[in-house]
Amino acid sequence: MKCKRCAEKAIVQLRSHNTAFCKPCFVFFFQRGIERAITRETMFTHEERVLVAVSGGKDSLALWDALADLGYDTEGLYLGLGIGGYSHASERKARAFAERRGLRLRIVALDEAEDGLAIPSVAAATRRPPCSACGTFKRHHFDRAALAGGFPVLATGHNLDDEAARLLGNVMHWQLPYLAKQRPVLAPTHPRFVRKVRPLYRTSEFESATYAFLRGIDYVVEECPNSHGATQLVYKDLLNRLEHTMPGSKLAFVGDFLSRGLPLFAAAPEVADLGECERCGMPSAGAICGYCRLVAEVGRRRAQAVAHS
Amino acid sequence: MQVRLEPQGTQLTVSGRRRVGDLVQSLGILAGTVMVIRGDALLTDDEFVDDADTIELRAVISGGLA
Repeated sequence: MKCKRCAEKAIVQLRSHNTAFCKPCFVFFFQRGIERAITRETMFTHEERVLVAVSGGKDSLALWDALADLGYDTEGLYLGLGIGGYSHASERKARAFAERRGLRLRIVALDEAEDGLAIPSVAAATRRPPCSACGTFKRHHFDRAALAGGFPVLATGHNLDDEAARLLGNVMHWQLPYLAKQRPVLAPTHPRFVRKVRPLYRTSEFESATYAFLRGIDYVVEECPNSHGATQLVYKDLLNRLEHTMPGSKLAFVGDFLSRGLPLFAAAPEVADLGECERCGMPSAGAICGYCRLVAEVGRRRAQAVAHS
Repeated sequence: MQVRLEPQGTQLTVSGRRRVGDLVQSLGILAGTVMVIRGDALLTDDEFVDDADTIELRAVISGGLA
Protein backbone atom coordinates (compact mmCIF):
# COMPACT_ATOMS: atom_id res chain seq x y z
CA MET A 1 0.00 0.00 0.00
CA LYS A 2 1.40 3.38 -0.99
CA CYS A 3 0.95 6.85 0.44
CA LYS A 4 -1.56 8.81 -1.64
CA ARG A 5 0.44 12.03 -1.26
CA CYS A 6 4.05 10.98 -1.85
CA ALA A 7 3.86 7.31 -3.04
CA GLU A 8 6.18 6.11 -0.26
CA LYS A 9 5.17 3.03 1.72
CA ALA A 10 1.95 3.75 3.60
CA ILE A 11 1.64 2.90 7.29
CA VAL A 12 -1.88 4.22 7.89
CA GLN A 13 -4.98 3.22 5.95
CA LEU A 14 -8.05 5.44 6.26
CA ARG A 15 -11.04 3.61 4.83
CA SER A 16 -13.41 6.48 5.51
CA HIS A 17 -11.35 8.72 3.23
CA ASN A 18 -10.41 5.91 0.82
CA THR A 19 -6.76 6.81 1.26
CA ALA A 20 -3.49 5.84 2.93
CA PHE A 21 -0.49 7.79 4.16
CA CYS A 22 3.12 7.46 5.26
CA LYS A 23 3.99 8.94 8.66
CA PRO A 24 4.91 12.51 7.60
CA CYS A 25 1.95 12.77 5.25
CA PHE A 26 -0.48 11.46 7.90
CA VAL A 27 0.76 14.03 10.43
CA PHE A 28 0.28 16.71 7.76
CA PHE A 29 -3.23 15.37 6.94
CA PHE A 30 -4.23 15.27 10.62
CA GLN A 31 -3.03 18.78 11.45
CA ARG A 32 -4.42 20.24 8.23
CA GLY A 33 -7.82 18.73 9.07
CA ILE A 34 -7.81 20.47 12.43
CA GLU A 35 -6.69 23.76 10.90
CA ARG A 36 -9.48 23.54 8.33
CA ALA A 37 -12.08 22.77 10.99
CA ILE A 38 -10.95 25.76 13.05
CA THR A 39 -11.08 28.06 10.02
CA ARG A 40 -14.29 26.70 8.51
CA GLU A 41 -16.22 27.03 11.77
CA THR A 42 -14.46 30.24 12.90
CA MET A 43 -13.49 28.58 16.17
CA PHE A 44 -10.62 30.86 17.19
CA THR A 45 -7.67 32.81 15.84
CA HIS A 46 -3.94 32.76 16.48
CA GLU A 47 -4.42 35.92 18.54
CA GLU A 48 -6.75 34.28 21.07
CA ARG A 49 -5.65 32.26 24.11
CA VAL A 50 -7.13 28.77 24.00
CA LEU A 51 -7.71 26.63 27.07
CA VAL A 52 -7.51 22.96 26.06
CA ALA A 53 -9.29 20.51 28.37
CA VAL A 54 -7.03 17.45 28.59
CA SER A 55 -7.88 14.11 30.15
CA GLY A 56 -4.59 12.31 29.53
CA GLY A 57 -6.29 10.35 26.74
CA LYS A 58 -5.42 10.20 23.06
CA ASP A 59 -7.91 12.75 21.73
CA SER A 60 -7.22 15.68 23.99
CA LEU A 61 -3.44 15.21 24.00
CA ALA A 62 -3.37 14.78 20.20
CA LEU A 63 -5.45 17.94 19.88
CA TRP A 64 -3.17 19.91 22.20
CA ASP A 65 -0.08 18.64 20.37
CA ALA A 66 -1.49 19.65 16.99
CA LEU A 67 -2.67 23.08 18.17
CA ALA A 68 0.76 23.79 19.63
CA ASP A 69 2.42 22.71 16.38
CA LEU A 70 0.04 24.90 14.40
CA GLY A 71 1.19 27.89 16.43
CA TYR A 72 -1.89 28.50 18.56
CA ASP A 73 -1.55 30.09 22.01
CA THR A 74 -2.66 27.22 24.25
CA GLU A 75 -2.74 26.17 27.88
CA GLY A 76 -3.96 22.82 29.14
CA LEU A 77 -6.53 22.19 31.84
CA TYR A 78 -6.61 18.87 33.67
CA LEU A 79 -9.52 18.12 35.99
CA GLY A 80 -8.69 15.44 38.55
CA LEU A 81 -11.92 13.50 39.05
CA GLY A 82 -10.67 11.38 41.93
CA ILE A 83 -11.36 8.07 40.16
CA GLY A 84 -8.63 6.13 41.94
CA GLY A 85 -5.71 4.79 39.97
CA TYR A 86 -7.31 5.80 36.68
CA SER A 87 -7.22 9.48 37.63
CA HIS A 88 -3.68 9.22 38.98
CA ALA A 89 -2.46 7.65 35.74
CA SER A 90 -4.34 10.23 33.66
CA GLU A 91 -2.82 13.14 35.55
CA ARG A 92 0.67 11.68 35.19
CA LYS A 93 0.24 11.40 31.42
CA ALA A 94 -1.09 14.94 31.11
CA ARG A 95 1.73 16.35 33.26
CA ALA A 96 4.40 14.39 31.37
CA PHE A 97 3.07 15.56 28.00
CA ALA A 98 2.98 19.21 29.08
CA GLU A 99 6.50 18.99 30.45
CA ARG A 100 7.85 17.30 27.34
CA ARG A 101 6.26 19.88 25.05
CA GLY A 102 7.07 22.84 27.32
CA LEU A 103 3.39 23.76 27.61
CA ARG A 104 1.58 25.18 30.64
CA LEU A 105 -0.90 22.88 32.36
CA ARG A 106 -3.47 24.03 34.91
CA ILE A 107 -4.69 21.37 37.32
CA VAL A 108 -7.98 21.42 39.21
CA ALA A 109 -8.42 18.50 41.58
CA LEU A 110 -11.65 17.26 43.10
CA ASP A 111 -9.88 16.38 46.28
CA GLU A 112 -11.50 13.58 48.24
CA ALA A 113 -9.51 14.37 51.37
CA GLU A 114 -10.36 18.08 51.31
CA ASP A 115 -14.00 18.35 50.30
CA GLY A 116 -15.14 14.82 49.58
CA LEU A 117 -16.26 15.67 46.06
CA ALA A 118 -14.42 13.02 44.07
CA ILE A 119 -16.71 11.44 41.47
CA PRO A 120 -17.02 7.93 43.01
CA SER A 121 -18.12 9.23 46.40
CA VAL A 122 -20.48 11.80 44.84
CA ALA A 123 -22.08 9.05 42.76
CA ALA A 124 -22.37 6.79 45.79
CA ALA A 125 -23.84 9.51 48.01
CA THR A 126 -26.43 10.63 45.45
CA ARG A 127 -27.05 7.18 43.93
CA ARG A 128 -26.60 8.70 40.48
CA PRO A 129 -24.66 7.12 37.63
CA PRO A 130 -21.03 8.30 37.91
CA CYS A 131 -21.12 9.68 34.33
CA SER A 132 -24.02 11.98 35.24
CA ALA A 133 -22.18 13.53 38.17
CA CYS A 134 -18.96 13.62 36.13
CA GLY A 135 -20.58 15.62 33.31
CA THR A 136 -22.02 18.17 35.74
CA PHE A 137 -18.68 18.59 37.51
CA LYS A 138 -16.70 18.85 34.27
CA ARG A 139 -18.95 21.53 32.78
CA HIS A 140 -18.83 23.57 35.99
CA HIS A 141 -15.07 23.39 36.51
CA PHE A 142 -14.21 23.89 32.84
CA ASP A 143 -16.38 27.01 32.75
CA ARG A 144 -14.93 28.34 36.00
CA ALA A 145 -11.33 27.71 34.98
CA ALA A 146 -11.79 29.37 31.58
CA LEU A 147 -13.45 32.37 33.19
CA ALA A 148 -10.84 32.67 35.96
CA GLY A 149 -7.98 32.41 33.48
CA GLY A 150 -9.44 35.00 31.12
CA PHE A 151 -9.62 32.58 28.20
CA PRO A 152 -12.13 33.48 25.46
CA VAL A 153 -12.34 29.89 24.24
CA LEU A 154 -12.31 26.36 25.63
CA ALA A 155 -11.37 23.47 23.30
CA THR A 156 -12.27 19.86 24.05
CA GLY A 157 -11.16 16.63 22.41
CA HIS A 158 -14.59 15.38 21.32
CA ASN A 159 -13.99 13.50 18.08
CA LEU A 160 -16.09 12.40 15.10
CA ASP A 161 -17.07 9.16 16.83
CA ASP A 162 -18.23 11.07 19.92
CA GLU A 163 -20.24 13.46 17.77
CA ALA A 164 -21.80 10.68 15.69
CA ALA A 165 -22.75 8.70 18.82
CA ARG A 166 -24.24 11.81 20.42
CA LEU A 167 -26.15 12.61 17.24
CA LEU A 168 -27.52 9.08 17.05
CA GLY A 169 -28.62 9.28 20.70
CA ASN A 170 -30.29 12.65 20.14
CA VAL A 171 -32.08 11.36 17.04
CA MET A 172 -33.15 8.15 18.75
CA HIS A 173 -34.96 10.19 21.38
CA TRP A 174 -35.72 13.24 19.20
CA GLN A 175 -34.05 15.58 21.64
CA LEU A 176 -34.94 18.74 19.73
CA PRO A 177 -33.19 21.27 22.02
CA TYR A 178 -30.04 19.13 22.01
CA LEU A 179 -30.17 18.68 18.24
CA ALA A 180 -30.52 22.46 17.86
CA LYS A 181 -27.24 23.01 19.69
CA GLN A 182 -25.21 20.03 18.49
CA ARG A 183 -22.54 21.93 16.64
CA PRO A 184 -18.74 22.20 16.82
CA VAL A 185 -18.85 25.77 18.11
CA LEU A 186 -21.08 26.87 20.97
CA ALA A 187 -21.22 30.62 21.36
CA PRO A 188 -21.40 31.83 24.97
CA THR A 189 -24.98 32.38 26.14
CA HIS A 190 -23.91 34.38 29.19
CA PRO A 191 -21.04 36.82 29.88
CA ARG A 192 -19.54 34.32 32.33
CA PHE A 193 -19.45 31.55 29.74
CA VAL A 194 -16.75 31.25 27.08
CA ARG A 195 -16.91 29.93 23.52
CA LYS A 196 -16.67 26.12 23.44
CA VAL A 197 -15.18 24.42 20.42
CA ARG A 198 -14.54 20.88 19.20
CA PRO A 199 -11.76 21.01 16.59
CA LEU A 200 -11.76 17.18 16.22
CA TYR A 201 -15.41 16.98 15.19
CA ARG A 202 -14.45 15.62 11.76
CA THR A 203 -11.50 13.55 13.04
CA SER A 204 -12.13 9.89 13.90
CA GLU A 205 -10.77 8.34 17.05
CA PHE A 206 -8.74 5.96 14.90
CA GLU A 207 -7.04 9.03 13.43
CA SER A 208 -6.39 10.66 16.81
CA ALA A 209 -5.06 7.39 18.27
CA THR A 210 -2.83 6.92 15.24
CA TYR A 211 -1.57 10.50 15.48
CA ALA A 212 -0.82 10.08 19.18
CA PHE A 213 1.04 6.83 18.51
CA LEU A 214 3.09 8.26 15.64
CA ARG A 215 3.96 11.39 17.62
CA GLY A 216 5.14 9.35 20.58
CA ILE A 217 2.44 10.76 22.84
CA ASP A 218 2.17 8.58 25.93
CA TYR A 219 -1.56 8.55 26.63
CA VAL A 220 -3.84 6.55 28.91
CA VAL A 221 -4.91 3.50 26.91
CA GLU A 222 -7.19 2.20 29.65
CA GLU A 223 -10.70 3.54 29.66
CA CYS A 224 -12.48 5.07 32.61
CA PRO A 225 -13.67 2.17 34.83
CA ASN A 226 -17.10 3.84 34.99
CA SER A 227 -17.60 3.74 31.22
CA HIS A 228 -18.44 0.02 31.05
CA GLY A 229 -21.97 -0.40 29.77
CA ALA A 230 -22.30 3.29 28.89
CA THR A 231 -25.00 3.97 26.31
CA GLN A 232 -22.53 5.93 24.24
CA LEU A 233 -20.51 2.74 23.70
CA VAL A 234 -23.60 0.95 22.38
CA TYR A 235 -24.12 3.73 19.84
CA LYS A 236 -20.45 3.67 18.91
CA ASP A 237 -20.60 -0.07 18.31
CA LEU A 238 -23.61 0.32 16.03
CA LEU A 239 -21.90 3.10 14.11
CA ASN A 240 -18.67 1.11 13.79
CA ARG A 241 -20.60 -1.80 12.26
CA LEU A 242 -22.19 0.58 9.80
CA GLU A 243 -18.81 2.15 9.06
CA HIS A 244 -17.29 -1.28 8.45
CA THR A 245 -19.87 -1.99 5.74
CA MET A 246 -20.08 1.56 4.40
CA PRO A 247 -16.83 3.45 5.04
CA GLY A 248 -17.38 7.17 5.46
CA SER A 249 -20.82 6.77 7.07
CA LYS A 250 -19.92 8.54 10.32
CA LEU A 251 -18.39 11.50 8.51
CA ALA A 252 -21.45 11.77 6.26
CA PHE A 253 -23.86 11.39 9.21
CA VAL A 254 -22.30 14.26 11.16
CA GLY A 255 -21.31 16.39 8.17
CA ASP A 256 -24.72 16.18 6.48
CA PHE A 257 -26.47 16.85 9.78
CA LEU A 258 -24.50 20.06 10.25
CA SER A 259 -25.03 21.27 6.69
CA ARG A 260 -28.61 20.12 6.07
CA GLY A 261 -30.18 18.85 9.29
CA LEU A 262 -29.13 21.40 11.89
CA PRO A 263 -30.89 24.37 10.20
CA LEU A 264 -34.17 22.47 10.46
CA PHE A 265 -33.81 22.26 14.24
CA ALA A 266 -32.78 25.88 14.73
CA ALA A 267 -36.37 26.82 15.61
CA ALA A 268 -36.47 24.33 18.50
CA PRO A 269 -37.40 25.88 21.85
CA GLU A 270 -34.49 27.77 23.40
CA VAL A 271 -33.48 27.19 26.98
CA ALA A 272 -34.60 29.84 29.43
CA ASP A 273 -32.58 33.03 29.79
CA LEU A 274 -29.65 32.45 32.09
CA GLY A 275 -29.18 34.27 35.36
CA GLU A 276 -26.44 33.64 37.91
CA CYS A 277 -26.33 30.98 40.59
CA GLU A 278 -26.88 32.41 44.07
CA ARG A 279 -24.13 30.22 45.49
CA CYS A 280 -21.28 30.11 42.99
CA GLY A 281 -22.13 32.98 40.65
CA MET A 282 -21.89 30.89 37.51
CA PRO A 283 -24.64 31.04 34.85
CA SER A 284 -27.79 29.16 35.76
CA ALA A 285 -31.33 28.77 34.47
CA GLY A 286 -32.59 28.63 38.07
CA ALA A 287 -31.67 30.26 41.37
CA ILE A 288 -29.14 27.47 42.08
CA CYS A 289 -27.07 25.88 39.30
CA GLY A 290 -26.97 22.14 38.66
CA TYR A 291 -23.48 21.84 40.15
CA CYS A 292 -24.41 23.55 43.43
CA ARG A 293 -27.61 21.52 43.64
CA LEU A 294 -25.56 18.35 43.27
CA VAL A 295 -23.04 19.45 45.90
CA ALA A 296 -25.90 20.31 48.28
CA GLU A 297 -27.47 16.92 47.65
CA VAL A 298 -24.19 15.20 48.54
CA GLY A 299 -24.08 17.09 51.84
CA ARG A 300 -27.71 16.35 52.61
CA ARG A 301 -27.39 12.62 51.89
CA ARG A 302 -24.22 12.32 53.94
CA ALA A 303 -25.87 14.06 56.88
CA GLN A 304 -28.83 11.67 56.60
CA ALA A 305 -26.48 8.70 56.52
CA VAL A 306 -24.71 9.91 59.67
CA ALA A 307 -28.04 10.53 61.41
CA HIS A 308 -29.19 7.00 60.61
CA SER A 309 -25.96 5.30 61.65
CA MET B 1 2.42 -15.46 16.69
CA GLN B 2 1.66 -13.77 19.98
CA VAL B 3 -1.23 -11.32 19.86
CA ARG B 4 -1.93 -8.98 22.76
CA LEU B 5 -5.25 -7.13 22.99
CA GLU B 6 -5.07 -3.76 24.73
CA PRO B 7 -6.34 -2.33 26.96
CA GLN B 8 -7.83 -5.68 28.06
CA GLY B 9 -4.35 -7.21 28.38
CA THR B 10 -5.57 -10.46 26.79
CA GLN B 11 -2.83 -12.63 25.27
CA LEU B 12 -3.57 -14.96 22.35
CA THR B 13 -1.53 -17.36 20.24
CA VAL B 14 -2.39 -17.46 16.54
CA SER B 15 -0.67 -19.78 14.09
CA GLY B 16 0.05 -19.29 10.42
CA ARG B 17 1.18 -16.54 8.09
CA ARG B 18 -1.69 -14.23 7.15
CA ARG B 19 -2.58 -10.71 6.17
CA VAL B 20 -3.22 -8.21 8.96
CA GLY B 21 -6.76 -7.59 7.72
CA ASP B 22 -7.49 -11.33 7.89
CA LEU B 23 -5.99 -11.59 11.38
CA VAL B 24 -8.17 -8.77 12.69
CA GLN B 25 -11.29 -10.20 11.04
CA SER B 26 -10.60 -13.71 12.33
CA LEU B 27 -10.60 -12.35 15.87
CA GLY B 28 -14.02 -10.78 15.34
CA ILE B 29 -12.68 -7.24 15.51
CA LEU B 30 -13.94 -4.50 13.20
CA ALA B 31 -11.29 -2.80 11.07
CA GLY B 32 -10.77 0.77 12.17
CA THR B 33 -11.46 0.04 15.82
CA VAL B 34 -7.89 -1.04 16.60
CA MET B 35 -4.37 -0.04 15.69
CA VAL B 36 -2.22 -2.99 14.67
CA ILE B 37 1.26 -2.54 16.09
CA ARG B 38 4.42 -4.59 15.55
CA GLY B 39 7.33 -3.28 17.60
CA ASP B 40 7.19 0.47 17.12
CA ALA B 41 5.49 0.30 13.71
CA LEU B 42 1.90 0.43 12.56
CA LEU B 43 0.72 -2.15 10.06
CA THR B 44 -1.83 -1.76 7.28
CA ASP B 45 -4.35 -4.45 6.36
CA ASP B 46 -2.39 -5.72 3.34
CA GLU B 47 0.81 -6.55 5.26
CA PHE B 48 1.67 -10.09 6.31
CA VAL B 49 2.37 -11.31 9.82
CA ASP B 50 3.68 -14.74 10.74
CA ASP B 51 4.46 -17.04 13.64
CA ALA B 52 7.59 -15.19 14.73
CA ASP B 53 5.77 -11.90 15.22
CA THR B 54 4.47 -10.27 18.38
CA ILE B 55 1.49 -8.11 17.58
CA GLU B 56 -0.46 -5.62 19.66
CA LEU B 57 -4.06 -4.80 18.77
CA ARG B 58 -4.77 -1.56 20.60
CA ALA B 59 -8.39 -0.43 20.77
CA VAL B 60 -9.05 3.17 19.81
CA ILE B 61 -12.58 3.49 21.18
CA SER B 62 -13.03 5.75 24.14
CA GLY B 63 -16.11 5.57 26.29
CA GLY B 64 -16.51 8.89 28.02
CA LEU B 65 -16.89 12.43 26.86
CA ALA B 66 -13.54 14.15 27.10
